[in-house]
Amino acid sequence: MNKNTSSQANDSSVSVRGLVFNEPLLFEMGSPGRTAHSLPKCDVPEVELEALLPAEEIRDQIENFPELTELDVVRHFTRLSQWNFSIDTNFYPLGSCTMKYNPKINNELAALPGFAHHHPYTPEVLSQGSLQLMFELQEYLKEISGMDHVCLQPAAGAHGELAGMLMIHAYHAAKGTQRKKILLPDSAHGTNPASAALCGYSITQIPSDGRGLIDPKKLEAMMDEDTAAIMLTNPNTLGMFETDILKITEIVHKKGGLVYCDGANLNAVMGETKMGNMGIDVLHFNLHKTFSTPHGGGGPGAGPVGITNQLEPFLPVPVIEHTKGQYRLNTDRPQSIGKMKAFFGNFGILLRAYAYIRSLGPEGIKKVAQMAVLNANYIKASLTNDYHLPYSGPSLHECVFNDKHQLKNKVSTMDIAKMLIDYGFHPPTVYFPLIVKGALMIEPTETESKETIDQFIAAMKEIARRAKEDPESFHDAPSLPVVSRPDETAAARYPRLRWKPA
Amino acid sequence: MEIQKDLLYTMEHEWIRLKGNRAVVGVSDFAQKQLGDVVFVELPTEGTELVKENTFGVVESVKTVSDVYAPLSGRVVAVNKDLETQPDLVNSDPYGKGWMIEIEVTDSSPEDGLMNSEKYTELCQQQG
Repeated sequence: MNKNTSSQANDSSVSVRGLVFNEPLLFEMGSPGRTAHSLPKCDVPEVELEALLPAEEIRDQIENFPELTELDVVRHFTRLSQWNFSIDTNFYPLGSCTMKYNPKINNELAALPGFAHHHPYTPEVLSQGSLQLMFELQEYLKEISGMDHVCLQPAAGAHGELAGMLMIHAYHAAKGTQRKKILLPDSAHGTNPASAALCGYSITQIPSDGRGLIDPKKLEAMMDEDTAAIMLTNPNTLGMFETDILKITEIVHKKGGLVYCDGANLNAVMGETKMGNMGIDVLHFNLHKTFSTPHGGGGPGAGPVGITNQLEPFLPVPVIEHTKGQYRLNTDRPQSIGKMKAFFGNFGILLRAYAYIRSLGPEGIKKVAQMAVLNANYIKASLTNDYHLPYSGPSLHECVFNDKHQLKNKVSTMDIAKMLIDYGFHPPTVYFPLIVKGALMIEPTETESKETIDQFIAAMKEIARRAKEDPESFHDAPSLPVVSRPDETAAARYPRLRWKPA
Repeated sequence: MEIQKDLLYTMEHEWIRLKGNRAVVGVSDFAQKQLGDVVFVELPTEGTELVKENTFGVVESVKTVSDVYAPLSGRVVAVNKDLETQPDLVNSDPYGKGWMIEIEVTDSSPEDGLMNSEKYTELCQQQG
């Protein structure tokens, strides 16, 4: 149902016009006796269920079980799918998430029967093609990152973090001097302290300096021989390159610590520089961000982890080896941290990332980073008069504004984000990183055209103007989507986790 | 914004009502405003030993998830169980029904490093 309200289509919005249908739950539809298909007549003797199963194994009839025709079901799910907001329908500048377009050729290659039907229990000798693909993907990721070894198993970024931290833990354990602490900048992704804590480490926060970066002097004062590692993100969550990275890694190494780099923002630097050259010991890759594999609907992701030679004995098993023209899986590695994932990780996703890297080639990979940085800086430069920029230094693939100007009229980051939906755009990441109060973190990625980015900028400018002239209009925004402004507080405080008949 | 005069405060915006060797702890009005609508509070169980400046719980709001830090060392002797079902008390009554834990204090000089209400007012003004 389309409600016509004041926040209407105008020059700055993706033209919003249409017919969006309200859709009841399946449980609220149908009529007794309706079916979606008819079964052929039974051609074997019928047996009573009670004769086959003990009484306690037979459940009662489900109350109000929906009875529907095929068309009812098809319309229901097709309509729901039209409520979806996706990278295939709209611009999706969700900062830190790298919602780039996922080329369809990746999916086509992943659907090739030879790959799609390849059972993971197939013997090595009959799996040479898949093993070769994984081995080569590891080689490409090594080349892109400058790390000595790569393991493809982890199923997501945070899982890659855990694999990396387990290897760091194993490294110190093997030296006979387990350490207790991990240092983390206060701008870190929340998964970083979680991964470190899962390995039994305690967390110490490094406050960011006025530039939004790690201050090597502060780090030097905090780094000691009880610190196992520092976990940093480069470029960091403000989209800023840690310009003192060489000093930082030197300080940590001098005290016998290791450096973990969260690869969430690799999109900004790949092809231009290599983490291996900066003294990084462990790096994870978010294939679902940087290498264009789908992740908006929950993935699955893939979070391979790269390491330096000193951590090689601890790699998860199995390790793919290539000797005498044959690919093998080696599980005979006594110091390994063990298996991180069933079989070899999310193979279908690895395949898509492989296709992406092969399609782009070295020059294309570099161009990705350049365009991602250009697009983000174009947005940053275009909106600096309209939104407050808490850290004004040079930034790369994303830019972080906040609501300081708009708050004067009681329009908050949440209001801005909600209003943007009426203009046809997915809101940016909000209230992250935590060091920016009311953060609006915008990451356009390299795949958007100038026209789309200009429309987004125009919408953001218009929203800033409306925040001054008509702040009241924000309180019920958005008004155009099927679900406008759910009460998130009530939903979190008193969640209703399943539907029950009224 | 309300800052109660008879309480002590931390840099992390916890308040402390100290009486003899007992201290009741919660988060300040400033903190609850910054957090926004609180939707979940995770507290330690009674008997937990706390170390000053280490985290003792988690406050989750619509916007963010924050740790809360022990303002003093000691043993938890009481926990506000109402917050399990009514986390919004942290918003509506931060110094009263929104209290979090009571500690039997083992610090010999528990007030070290804590602020009185004037100093805390200055801190809030700087951060506000």
